[in-house]
Amino acid sequence: MKYKGRFGDYGGFYVPEVLIPVLEELEEAFYRFYEDAQFVAELAQLSRDYSGRPSPLYHAKRFSEHVGFEVYLKREDLLHGGAHKVNNSLGQGLLAKYMHKTKLIAETGAGQHGLATAMIGALFGMETKIFMGVTDIERQSVNVHKMRLCGAQVVPIEGGTGTLKDAINDALRYWTAHVTDTFYLFGSACGPHPYPTIVKHFQSCIGKEARQQCIEQIGRLPEMVVACVGGGSNAIGIFSGFVEDKDVRLVGVEAGGVGVGRGLHAATLVAGRVGILHGAKAYLLQDEQGQVCETESVSAGLDYPSVGPEHCLLKDTGRAEYVAAEDDDVLDAFGLLTRTEGILPALESSHALAWLVSQKGKLDPGTVAVVNLSGRGDKDVSIVEERRPLAE
Amino acid sequence: MKAYKQVFSELKEQNKTALIPFFVIGDPDFDTSLAVVKAAIDAGADILELGIPFSDPIADGPTIQKADIRAMTSGMNVNKALEFIRRVKDYRDIPIGLLMYYNLVYQYGAEKFFGDFHEAGVNSVLVADLSIDDAGEITGPARSAGLDTVFMVTPNTGPERMKRIAAKTTGFVYTVSVLGVTGSRERLSDTVEDLVGRLKSLTDVPVCVGFGISGSEQAATVTRAGADGVIIGSRIVGLIESNLGDGEGMLAQISTFLAEVRAAI
Repeated sequence: MKYKGRFGDYGGFYVPEVLIPVLEELEEAFYRFYEDAQFVAELAQLSRDYSGRPSPLYHAKRFSEHVGFEVYLKREDLLHGGAHKVNNSLGQGLLAKYMHKTKLIAETGAGQHGLATAMIGALFGMETKIFMGVTDIERQSVNVHKMRLCGAQVVPIEGGTGTLKDAINDALRYWTAHVTDTFYLFGSACGPHPYPTIVKHFQSCIGKEARQQCIEQIGRLPEMVVACVGGGSNAIGIFSGFVEDKDVRLVGVEAGGVGVGRGLHAATLVAGRVGILHGAKAYLLQDEQGQVCETESVSAGLDYPSVGPEHCLLKDTGRAEYVAAEDDDVLDAFGLLTRTEGILPALESSHALAWLVSQKGKLDPGTVAVVNLSGRGDKDVSIVEERRPLAE
Repeated sequence: MKAYKQVFSELKEQNKTALIPFFVIGDPDFDTSLAVVKAAIDAGADILELGIPFSDPIADGPTIQKADIRAMTSGMNVNKALEFIRRVKDYRDIPIGLLMYYNLVYQYGAEKFFGDFHEAGVNSVLVADLSIDDAGEITGPARSAGLDTVFMVTPNTGPERMKRIAAKTTGFVYTVSVLGVTGSRERLSDTVEDLVGRLKSLTDVPVCVGFGISGSEQAATVTRAGADGVIIGSRIVGLIESNLGDGEGMLAQISTFLAEVRAAI
C-alpha cells in the first residue's frame, strides 16, 4: 500500500493476506482517478442528473418552533434511492467501471446501501450481489424487493444475529474468493483502508454543499451540525465540510437501542473500547476477551458494533462529540418531524432528530442546528406502525 | 520444547512431509477437543495448528465458523485455551502454531499474550488478519517471547511481496492454495504447484500448504510440488461436526483419516 490509512492510531488494513493485493489495486485506482478531469466531470454530471444533487437545505420552521431553536435539514432524503448512500455507490461504481471490473458486491443493513448499489449495478450494467442479514431482510423487506427489481441478487446471511456485521463478514469472505473480477462497493466510512478515505471523499459533497447553503441562506455558519452515526458515512460526509470551522459544534448520534446502561444498543463510540474488526482499528463493542458483542437498535442501518476510524479520532481529539439516542425517543422524533413538517425521516436519521428534541430548553433560541437528514423513512413505515400504532 | 526446525529436518532425513492438522480449541467442548488432539498426535501429526475461536472469523468458511461457535458456546476462551495447550504439551512435546484473529491478541495485550502462550508451549502465532505491513505490532513482542513468526502467502501475492514475507518468516510460510476462505475443496487450483515452486526458489524457510486440502491424494500432490508440510483443517473439523453425538466414532474416523494421509506423504 502507498498509504497507511491511519487516523491517529485508528484505521489501517487488518485483513487476510489474500485481500492485500486487491486493496492495493483499489488504492492505486482511487488516487489515479479521483481528481482525473474526465472522472470528475462524469461523476458531477451523474450526481446532478441521476442522483439529484445538490440536495436542498430546508428550514424546518414548525419543527424549530417545537424545539425552541432553528433547525435546518440537509435533505439527502430527497436523493434518488432515498438516502445519501447513492453518493458513495455512484462514485465507487464509476471507479469500478474505470477499473474495468464487471461485478459488484455490497453489504447492507437497512438496505439503503444495498439499494443504491443495485441501482448503480443496473445503471452500469454490472452483475450485482448484495449480502444482507436475515434479520434485516425481514425488517426491511421493501428495500429487498427494490434491489431485486433492479436486477441484483440478495444473498441472505444467517450467521450471528443476521445483521450488518454478519453481512460484512460474508461479503469479505466472498470477495476473497472472487477478487479478480469483483469490486467490493463498501457502504460505510469504515472497514480497511482505503475505504474510509474513499467513502468520505464521495460523501464530502454533503458537507461542502451544506456549508455553502448556510452562508447563502442564513448568512453565516450554524452553531452545530448533527448527524446519526452507525458506521458513520453520512456523518463524516457532512462533518467534513465544517471540521475546519472550529466554532461549529459537531454532534454524532449513535443508536442507544433499549438503553446503553442495559447493554442492548449499538453506541460504539459512547460505550465501546478500542479493538479490531473488519480491517480497522476502531472503537468496538466487545466483551472482556475481545469477542464482538451483539448489538440492538430499532434502525437496521445503525445496528453495527464498530465505527469509522476517523470518528474515533474526532472523538479522542474532542473535535466532535458523540451521544446516543434510545429507540423510544427516536420513534417520538420520527413522529414529530412527520406531523410538523410532513417529512418522513429514516429511523437512522431520526436519531439525530431525537437528540435535538432532547436539547429543547437547553439551547439559545437563536441557535442554528443543521441536521443531516440522511434518508427517508418510507422503508420504516411498517416498523413504526408496529411500535406506534395509529389510533383508529 | 521441540522446535519447528527440528521437526522439518528430521522429516527431511526420512524423506517425509509434515502432517499438520488444524483444530479449533474446545470444539465441541474442552474434553472432547483434547481427546481429538491426542488421537491426532497418535495418528502421526508432526505439528499442530490450533485456532482460538473468534466471533467474526472472516478468513474462515462455514465449517470452521460452526466449530468456532461450538467452542465458544461450550465456554472456550483465551485463558482456557492456555490451559488446553498446557494439557496437550503434557501429553507430547509437539510443536504448536496458533492461528487466530488479531482482536483477541490485542485485548489480552500482545506482549503478555506471546509471553504466556510461549510459556505454555506454543511455537508461533499466525494472526489471520494481520499482514506483514502491520506486523511490527506483533513481531517485536513475539520474537522477544521466543516465538517463531509465520505469515501467509496467497495465489495473488506478487514476487516482490513474497520475498518480503519470506524474509520476515522464521517458522514456516503458510501457503494458501486457493483464492478464498478455509474449506475443503474437491480439487486444488492449478496454481498451487507453481506457487510452491516459486516460493521454494525464493526462500529456504519451510513451505507448508493449507486451505482446501481434503484428502491424501491432494496432500500427495502438494508434497510432490515440494511442500515441506500439509495443513488440513476443514476436512477434519467436518469429521467432528458429523460425529457430534458419537465421541468414539469421531476419534476413530479422525485417526483413520490422518493415518491415511500420513502414509501418503
